[in-house]
Amino acid sequence: MRELALIAVPLLAAALAVVWPTERTRPWLLPAAGLTHAVFALWLLVTPPTLVANAWFGFDAMARATLPMVSLLFLVCSVYGVAYLKLRVERHNRLFIVALLVLLGLLSLALQAQHLGLLWVAAEAATLMTVPLLHFNGTARAFEASWKYLLIGGTGIALSLLGSFCLGYASLHGGGGGDLTFATLADRGASLTRPWLIAAWVLLLAGYGTKMGLAPMHTWKPDAYGEAPAVVGALLAGGMTTMAFVAVLRVKQVVDAAGASAMTERTLLAFGLFSMLVAALFLLGTPDFKRMLAYSSVEHMGILTVGAALGGAGIWAALFHVWTNSLTKGALFLSAGNIRRAAGGRTVDEVAGMAWRSPISARMFVIGVLAVTACPPFGPFFSELRIVAAAFQSDSKLVAAAFLGCLLFAFFGLTRLTFAIVDGRPRAAARAIGRRFPETSGIILPPLVFLAFSLWLGLATPSLLRESWTAAAKLFLPTP
Amino acid sequence: MTGALNLLIGLAMGLNLVALASSRLPSVIHAAALQGMVLGVLPLLLDHELHGLVALVAIATVAVKGFVIPGLLRRALRVANIDREMQPLLGFVPSLLLGGAATIGAVALGGALPLLPEHARSLLVPGAFATVVSGFLLLMGRGKAISQVCGYLILENGIYLFGLLLIRSMPLLVEAGILLDLTVAVFVIGIIMDRIQREFDTLDTGKLTSLRE
Repeated sequence: MRELALIAVPLLAAALAVVWPTERTRPWLLPAAGLTHAVFALWLLVTPPTLVANAWFGFDAMARATLPMVSLLFLVCSVYGVAYLKLRVERHNRLFIVALLVLLGLLSLALQAQHLGLLWVAAEAATLMTVPLLHFNGTARAFEASWKYLLIGGTGIALSLLGSFCLGYASLHGGGGGDLTFATLADRGASLTRPWLIAAWVLLLAGYGTKMGLAPMHTWKPDAYGEAPAVVGALLAGGMTTMAFVAVLRVKQVVDAAGASAMTERTLLAFGLFSMLVAALFLLGTPDFKRMLAYSSVEHMGILTVGAALGGAGIWAALFHVWTNSLTKGALFLSAGNIRRAAGGRTVDEVAGMAWRSPISARMFVIGVLAVTACPPFGPFFSELRIVAAAFQSDSKLVAAAFLGCLLFAFFGLTRLTFAIVDGRPRAAARAIGRRFPETSGIILPPLVFLAFSLWLGLATPSLLRESWTAAAKLFLPTP
Repeated sequence: MTGALNLLIGLAMGLNLVALASSRLPSVIHAAALQGMVLGVLPLLLDHELHGLVALVAIATVAVKGFVIPGLLRRALRVANIDREMQPLLGFVPSLLLGGAATIGAVALGGALPLLPEHARSLLVPGAFATVVSGFLLLMGRGKAISQVCGYLILENGIYLFGLLLIRSMPLLVEAGILLDLTVAVFVIGIIMDRIQREFDTLDTGKLTSLRE
């Protein structure tokens, strides 16, 4: 029942938000639902429920290893959301709040889905629910971003449906019935028909990989993250991508069980390293600090994918990285939102000297960038170190070298742009705008909390979380 | 039964080529709508005894793919006041040739893949692959937003066609595909709303270029 509450609580709150009469108090539904959701998620993390065999959905090891992070991310973002919507009173907030809450419910459903079709339905609905969030600012650029998001994301989701059909046919042709739960498919692994299985893997990886934002299907990401409000960017980069990554992992589990783990590992490795390379190159060139965050997200999706390709220890490290990356990205997106508002611009030509204009946000942004580029003692350093260690363990030294090389270039790109907007003389135009957006505690504390989490995950990773990642990594057959 | 089925799938494959070759947007919409209606009828031919649920799905598919979405698209055409695809990224003749090649390739591929005996003689698999590729060609080769939506619609028709292989054993998964129609509806409603709210002069996605490196 508790696992149902994770879906029901946000949806009920969304229904309440629809009928809520006043614009001013409606945003408080976000932290209220977020807190209830987080309590349930934490409770489930500490005492996981017994799983029903062949159920379509349930709080299994994979959900336990990821869902509490999404819940935590939403809770902290929702506090920021209240302060943010207070600054944006000129826009109606009903649709925005309803869409955010429904998105949380759908992400909880997708992360717990044990059934190929249910997972797809949740992913599709979550994609559609994001459109009004991206379009919140109502500008022509926001329209363009949501158009591209829907076109590319919609194509990706269509491909993953075709892939799901192929996997269904692989099971049907192999003599299986209509049972498409992941556990059943994995049990019947050997009987799945090989050509259809390969087609399914390619299509599902392309489809859910588009949702993750792996290169070369990442092109929606810079536009969407650049135009979206900070809260939405943080939730997309930490929540939506995690959902897609978990979907890829669940499909990989089935394909591995069918004895094709060499293929999954090779394709994941190729996609992962290519994404890291593309992201590093674009990071060296982009002049816009919000789009920079999108390329950084592409890079980290590449890191996760490389981790997933390295088998047991790599998957453990990838799940660790899901937590450290998402929570650090939260700090980056929220502080970038503050800087963007106070600066009135987004490119190096328009923005400089933000250390003077919005000192606290600028400092948090710098610390966040250092954290996300794997500077110790923040979380990403330790999770990426684990991935490098996993690469050495599986004796793929070239992979480790390419991985570290891409990280180095990404570091150059990120720090170049960050110090360009933080240092220097503030633009005169920013002075008046900056005064309109003082750094109140509502917009300062949430990113600070994220940074604290990032530090905590790095210095003292809770053993409870370690244990949950170990349990999830055990779902995958030990690879030779 | 297989004869009638294959005839209709063949018709749908022909409509792919019509959509790829035509420069007038109303005829592209027309081809996509007709294809949707043809596909909507197929489940009735697949099942030997008529189930209430299958009939309901068929009626809903014909209504949504044949009338609701094309109606919305025509409305978008009217508000946007455009008629022709002037500058496709991929010309009409090359896209037609590619579509033809894809159709031949799909038939060859359908012969090479292992199929259950009851599907071995039907055109479902080649038809599905040819339609998916044609949809992709339209999606990527055209500049106008409405042509791209038609491409998405045809891509989705191809996926639906493939889903018919599974409709008996996993009907719920196949019917979930109806959510893709919702995506299309969001696309079109987006165009209409945006058109009404603001200037978006030619509805040419080639002009959506303010976001780039």
